[in-house]
Amino acid sequence: MKTIDEIQNEIIGDFEMYSDWADKYEYIIDMGKELKPISGALKIEDNIIKGCQSRVWLIADYENGKLNFQADSDAIITKGLVGMLTKVLSGHSPKEIAESNLFFMEKIGLQEHLSPTRANGLLAMIKQMKTYGLAYMTKEKMI
Amino acid sequence: MNSVNNDIIQSIPFDVDKIRAQFPILNIQVNNKPLVYLDNGASTQKPNSVIETTNFYYSNQYSNIHRGVHKLSQIGTDLYEKTRLNFQHFINATTPSEIIFTKGTTHGINTIAYTYGRKYLQKGDEILISGMEHHSNIVPWQIVCEIYGAILKVVPIEQNGTISLEKFKTLLSPKTKLVAMTYISNSLGTINPIKEIIDLSHQNGSHILVDAAQAIHHLPIDVQELDCDFLVFSGHKMYGPTGTGILYGKEALLDALPPFEGGGDMIKEVRFDKTTFNDLPFKFEAGTPNIAGIIGLNAALDFIKEIGLPQIMAHDKQLLDYCHQQLGEIDGIRFFGTSQEKAGVVSFLINEIHPYDIGVILDNLGIAIRTGHHCTQPVMDFYNIPGTCRASFGIYNTMEEIDVLTNGLKRAVKMLS
Repeated sequence: MKTIDEIQNEIIGDFEMYSDWADKYEYIIDMGKELKPISGALKIEDNIIKGCQSRVWLIADYENGKLNFQADSDAIITKGLVGMLTKVLSGHSPKEIAESNLFFMEKIGLQEHLSPTRANGLLAMIKQMKTYGLAYMTKEKMI
Repeated sequence: MNSVNNDIIQSIPFDVDKIRAQFPILNIQVNNKPLVYLDNGASTQKPNSVIETTNFYYSNQYSNIHRGVHKLSQIGTDLYEKTRLNFQHFINATTPSEIIFTKGTTHGINTIAYTYGRKYLQKGDEILISGMEHHSNIVPWQIVCEIYGAILKVVPIEQNGTISLEKFKTLLSPKTKLVAMTYISNSLGTINPIKEIIDLSHQNGSHILVDAAQAIHHLPIDVQELDCDFLVFSGHKMYGPTGTGILYGKEALLDALPPFEGGGDMIKEVRFDKTTFNDLPFKFEAGTPNIAGIIGLNAALDFIKEIGLPQIMAHDKQLLDYCHQQLGEIDGIRFFGTSQEKAGVVSFLINEIHPYDIGVILDNLGIAIRTGHHCTQPVMDFYNIPGTCRASFGIYNTMEEIDVLTNGLKRAVKMLS
C-alpha cells in the first residue's frame, strides 16, 4: 500500500506531462467521468457538503483500521477533483488521514479550486475527510 | 471564428475603443489570455477618471469632512456634497436632502426595512415583493416581518421571467403596507413595468421601494415622474467605487422615519438624558462615510453622463441581441429570462452541463462570467436548476468579445460532454 505522499507524488508525475491547461482539465474531466457515482439512495442531506455552486457528497466507511471514502459531485470538474482526493486519502488509517498534508493540488497548479471564492465544496470536503480521520482516531482509542 | 456582422458594428452609437482606453484593467491578461470581462451585473470596472479622482483626493485633499473649520475639511465637504447635488439632478430628486449616501443597495434596503418597520409595521401587515428579487431585497424584509409579526407576500414569476400585473394586483391588499420591487432582474435581465407597479401600489395606499441596482446605469430614472417613495442603488455597478450607494426617499417620508444607525454625523445634540438627531440627509449618515468613494462616485456619474444614457442603452441592446443570436446557435442551449423588455443580461444553461464547469473552462480562456444562483435562489428553485451561467454587459464590451464567448462556450461544451 502506497503512502498518502507517494500517491500525491504519482499524481504530480502524471500532470508533469501536461503543459497545457486544457490537457490538465481533460484529465480531471476523465477522472470525473470514471468515478463511480454514489447511488441516489445515499445522496441524502446527511452526506452532502454544500458549496455555493456545486454540491459534493461524501461517505466514509471504516473497516479493519482503514477509512475508505466514496464521493460524488453534480459538477464534472469538481467530481474529478473529488475523485483525486479520495484516491489520495482512501484506504489509509484515520491517523494518517487526520495528519495528512495535501500538497498535490498546489503542485499541479490547481490550488485555485481550493479558494473559498470558488464555493465548490472541495475545501469543506477536505475538512470533512480529516474530521472523519480524527473521529475514528478517537473511536479507536476508546475500543 | 465567426465574423462579426459589420452592420451591427457600424451602428454602435459611440467609439467603444475610446471607452476601452479609459479602463486600464481591460489591458490585462488572465490565464495568459486577454481579459474578456462579462460579469458587469456583479460589478463594473472603473475608468481612469474614477481611479484618478479617488487617488488625487487621498494624495492632495484628504481629511474628515463636515464640522471641520480647516481648509482640507472644507475641500472634502464641498466635493462630497457636490456628488449629492449631481445625483439629485441625475435622478431629479426635489432636494439634496432626499439623497442619502449608503454603502450600497443592500445597506439602503436595510435602512428602509428597519426604520420603516419600526415606524409603520404592525402584526398582520403585509410586505409585497416579487419572486425575482435579489436576496438583498428579500432577507431584510423577512427579518423585519419576523420582528413585527408582518407577513411577506411574493408575486410569482412567469416562465419567461416576467411578473404578471394581474397577479400583482390580486396580491395587493388593504394590509399591504409596502411593495419592494426590482426595476431590472439581476439574474434574468427582465425590465419590470415599474411605473405601473408604482401607480398600482399607490392606488392601493401602499408605499413602494424600487431596487434600481441594475437599472441606474441602463435606464433614465426620474424619481418625480416615477413617483416612487424610495429608490436604492450601488456605486460599484455604475463604474464607481465599491462601498458607495444612494438611497433616495421622498423628503416627508424620510423625515417621518426614525434614524437607522446612531453616531457621528447623524446627531444634533447628545445628552445622557436625551439625544436629538440631525436633519436630512445626515440623519441617515452615521459615522465617517466612505468619503473618497463618494467623491470618486461623482466622477463615475460624470463619465456616464458624458456618454449619455440613450447611447449606453442602445449599445447594451445591440450586445444583447447579438449575444442571443450567437449563443442561440449552440446546440442544447436554454435561456432563462426571455422577456421582450430586457437589459444586457444573458442567463443560460447548455444541455445538462453544470454551470460551474462552464465557468471554470471559460476562466481558463480569460473570460469572466458569473455562474451560480446570482443571489436569487428562489429564481433557480422556480426553474428547478442549480444555477445558470450569466454574461452581463458593460459600456466597454464589444461584439468581438461576444464572439470570443461563443467560441469559448463551444470549446467548453466539447470538453465537458
